[in-house]
Amino acid sequence: MEFDFAAEQPKLLMLMYGLVAFVLVVGGLLLLLDVVPAWFARRREAQLVAASASGAPLPRRPRQREGIFALFFLLPTLLLLTIGLVVPAIRTLLLSLMNGDSTEWVGLRNYGFLFSDDAMLRVLTNTLIWVLLVPLVATGFGLIYAVLVDKARFEAVAKSLIFLPMAISFVGASIIWKFVYAYRGEGDQIGLLNQIVVSLGGEPKQWLLESPLNTLLLIVIMVWIQAGFAMVVLSAAIKAIPGDIVEAARLDGVSPWQMFWQITMPSIRPALIVVMVTLTIATLKVFDIVRTSTNGNYDTSVIANEMYNQAFRYGQSGQGSALAVFLFILVIPVVIYQIRNLRQQREG
Amino acid sequence: MAVFTRPRQAFVIAGVLGLALSATACGTGDDKKSSKAGSAECAAYEKYQGHDGKKVSIYASIRDAEADLLERSWSQFTDCTGIEIDYEGSGEFEAQLPVRVDGGNAPDIAFVPQPGLVKRFADAGKLKSLSADTKALAEQNMPADWLKYGTVNGTLYGVPLGANVKSFVWYSPKTFKEKGWEVPTTWDQLIALSDKIAASGVKPWCAGVESGDATGWPATDWIEDVVLRTQGPEVYDQWTSHTIPFNDPKIVDAVDRAGSILKNEKYVNGGFGGVKSITTTAFQEAGLPVTTGKCAMHRQASFYANQFPEGTKVAEDGDAFAFYFPAIDPAKGKPVLGAGEFVVGYADRPEVQAVQTYLVSAEYVNSRAKLGNWVTANNKLDIANVASPIDKLSVQILQDKTGTFRFDGSDLMPAAVGAGTFWKGMVEWLNGKATAPVLQGIESSWPK
Amino acid sequence: MTTATPTVAAGTQKTDGTPTTTAGRVRKRLNSRTATLVSIVIAVVWTIPTFGLLVSSLRPEDEIKTTGWWTAFTNPQFTFENYEQVLFGRSASSGQLAGSFINSLAITIPSVLFPLAFASLAAYALAWIKFRGRDWLYIAIFALQIVPLQMALVPLLKFFSTGVTLGGVTLMPAWDLVDEQKFAQVWFAHTCFALPFAVFLLHNFISQLPGDLMEAARVDGATHPKIFRTIVLPLITPALAAFGIFQFLWVWNDLLVALIFAGGGDETAPLTVRLAEMAGTRGNEWQRLTAGAFVSIVVPLIVFLSLQRFFVRGLLAGSVKG
Repeated sequence: MEFDFAAEQPKLLMLMYGLVAFVLVVGGLLLLLDVVPAWFARRREAQLVAASASGAPLPRRPRQREGIFALFFLLPTLLLLTIGLVVPAIRTLLLSLMNGDSTEWVGLRNYGFLFSDDAMLRVLTNTLIWVLLVPLVATGFGLIYAVLVDKARFEAVAKSLIFLPMAISFVGASIIWKFVYAYRGEGDQIGLLNQIVVSLGGEPKQWLLESPLNTLLLIVIMVWIQAGFAMVVLSAAIKAIPGDIVEAARLDGVSPWQMFWQITMPSIRPALIVVMVTLTIATLKVFDIVRTSTNGNYDTSVIANEMYNQAFRYGQSGQGSALAVFLFILVIPVVIYQIRNLRQQREG
Repeated sequence: MAVFTRPRQAFVIAGVLGLALSATACGTGDDKKSSKAGSAECAAYEKYQGHDGKKVSIYASIRDAEADLLERSWSQFTDCTGIEIDYEGSGEFEAQLPVRVDGGNAPDIAFVPQPGLVKRFADAGKLKSLSADTKALAEQNMPADWLKYGTVNGTLYGVPLGANVKSFVWYSPKTFKEKGWEVPTTWDQLIALSDKIAASGVKPWCAGVESGDATGWPATDWIEDVVLRTQGPEVYDQWTSHTIPFNDPKIVDAVDRAGSILKNEKYVNGGFGGVKSITTTAFQEAGLPVTTGKCAMHRQASFYANQFPEGTKVAEDGDAFAFYFPAIDPAKGKPVLGAGEFVVGYADRPEVQAVQTYLVSAEYVNSRAKLGNWVTANNKLDIANVASPIDKLSVQILQDKTGTFRFDGSDLMPAAVGAGTFWKGMVEWLNGKATAPVLQGIESSWPK
Repeated sequence: MTTATPTVAAGTQKTDGTPTTTAGRVRKRLNSRTATLVSIVIAVVWTIPTFGLLVSSLRPEDEIKTTGWWTAFTNPQFTFENYEQVLFGRSASSGQLAGSFINSLAITIPSVLFPLAFASLAAYALAWIKFRGRDWLYIAIFALQIVPLQMALVPLLKFFSTGVTLGGVTLMPAWDLVDEQKFAQVWFAHTCFALPFAVFLLHNFISQLPGDLMEAARVDGATHPKIFRTIVLPLITPALAAFGIFQFLWVWNDLLVALIFAGGGDETAPLTVRLAEMAGTRGNEWQRLTAGAFVSIVVPLIVFLSLQRFFVRGLLAGSVKG
């Protein structure tokens, strides 16, 4: 293989532009935020001097300055979010009220479809199972592991191993699990699970065909991938616990068990919430695990998978959009929980 | 981010920052293709001249090694005309094409394997109708049966390109010879042979419908082939266009007939287990037991020839070959089920039309066929240019004027059925669900 | 890691002055032993599936497809053929691996930096600048996480390909990018999609910072940009590192966004696109994907290992703040 460097140069140049743009945009923004208030401060100072010289009443300190600051801090984010997500969300809402090829308005018919179909009931139940199990189990594993390996000699290696599944592309992960759940009716098994069953004297099974076991087996894949996320965030939180608190507790002769419940848990509560909430949302949106393993056959489908199928494969953008809106409705409890959290935080 | 939209400005900035621009300048430019328009080998491309330096983008689902062959097949054309073809193949083609088209980023040309999808784009007004030249050449070179599938509301939008024959049963000539089995030519012989093989302790049939997010499609081919054989092409057309319900008694009958093989524990699933193992066996592996003697027959399209491991001789006297899936009712003729892709245009610039015309011409189909592993229904294809025995057989069947050709039904139906409930329904059916409720479910899912 | 000795050792060193019973020490050591054992067991269980893939990637195609990977130990048959095919591929149309490797880098680096910068600015404003409606704004951004990005593809693509026109006035012309310039679209898209989660994650860390610190800085006359740069940024490095890792992984392993906004051509297609293509038109060459998965995992792993040390620095910063 000969490597043509000339062909790669425009790409590297483009990357360079990107980095230059990054420096310009972010640096410029910070500079602007530095310069503008300084200018305002000078002007105000001049006003003050002038006012005190002429004996006029002091001008009031402008109150909206904070707001203007906030606007500049938020500007890039708000702009990008509007273009990239708010407009599409509104569009999705409108599409959900239209027919399959978006040529006429059909009112709430697409939502009616969600609840008229028997198979959809199964889909809703499955989604519920996913959303209850994945965040709990993945966070649990991540937390236990983060605590166990904290400060251990092999910590870096141990964490990398749990993190590994996150770094594997989805294409790779689908093959990994093929080698676990695969079934052969005759001859050698190529699936690890069936090999274990056979070597224990059992009959090989078609794991992915048996509902509701198959849903649980797919959930295992998600947990396997996401526990690394929980572990990394929680480990960072554990390390952020102020050293003197830990030290003080240790001086008091607190047992590891008490240490965990009385020091660690309260300190990492915010991080725990972040992990749980993130995993809940990620689970609601997950579809590629289901799509590549069973494509929603054998009663394993979830809402996001149906959404993808309807909108992108069947050309039924109305029904697909209705499912997307429905996902939004499902996340409302989490949003309310966040509002309550925020209130508590502001009061506390 | 506005900086990126004006590369020239960005260029200046980069220059100010002291980047080594001189090196870049050497790297690009001056490799422009010299058009060999005048030479003798380019004589055939005379009518496509006049678009030197123009770019045409093509998007399709063909990738990897087959995409290499594709690019080689038109290399002489691009050299001679100076038209640059920018080819892109993707495994996510069916889902991505609508997104790109709706997003205003359509390719100039796409090879669409589903007439149903061609219709969807045509109805939405996204497709350009073909130029008079392309149309005339297509009508001259392509069978009417095929052109029908690229036509929407009387306008021809898609020109058929590659094709494959689905009415094939793969077997091992070697094993058949050893055991003294005869290749069946009628349905009764097929069943008799199956019983004979089953009695000898070998499961005669193997099948597999697992195909990732397209799981189920090989089973729909089975059903379509049997509908075509028991009910004939007219009923088949009514069924795929939904002028008779999906669960019409005639269709129920055909599905049950397919079930007499596919859901027969005595017949399946050689090399893999019982009936239920069909749903979890990858279609790519499903026919391999034919060569190891664990299974005798496997119904699958002509392209299955590529699945056999290297060193397998695919020929009439080799390790694997295919025979025509026998007719059931002699009165209904010799129907052939097949599929292929259609060349549609989202742009009508002259160079795009030139490429479209070229793709249906005798020069192109023979240039592609010479590279191997390709079949078309184009009657300008010289069979001498087709090397592999199975491709030869396919071409003979496709060019046979007495045969009736019908396109894969699931590609004709709306995607919600043809790429959705029909596939899923077949998986449930193979998994033990009865025929009537499965077909009832598919019928009720047909978009209104 | 900072402490080479396990927890117990560190504990006993410091607690020399306090009376600790021998029994207590033994119990602690036992606890630590069990902890070590349990963590090793979990790590092994977690790694077995990936290990199976690694073994498979070194086996010949026929073997992979007919026997389990564990049989490779009783009947060893290893080959580098899969890696050879992945690295030096047979297909000319999918371009060189090195090329797509550079594409992946060119896509990923800016796609990580932009959301990181924008989100930390926004999170700071939402946490520490008082203005009306900020809580609602935060909740709204948080809720945007649920918008499936598939639904955003078409409108965003339209935004690039036709620009924005309002009442006949062109607010933004079409971008009309070609070849490698399309990277800009991918950066833009990835940044949009990453922001809600980034703001959420960083806001949680930033709002936990002690208020006294900010108050003191304000009294000293520091402006918000100054506080942000000199106080907040150093304190939230662990969170930045954590988000950086996840955004890097997400972009590195992304197939969908890259395919839509950059296309699958040689000039722009990242590793994932090329690897997905290698399975062949009918997906029968999937044994190559086993090797492909390991080729593409190298960079994310390096990123993880090199950013991991920031988590420790967070520990020090945390103890300073008191």
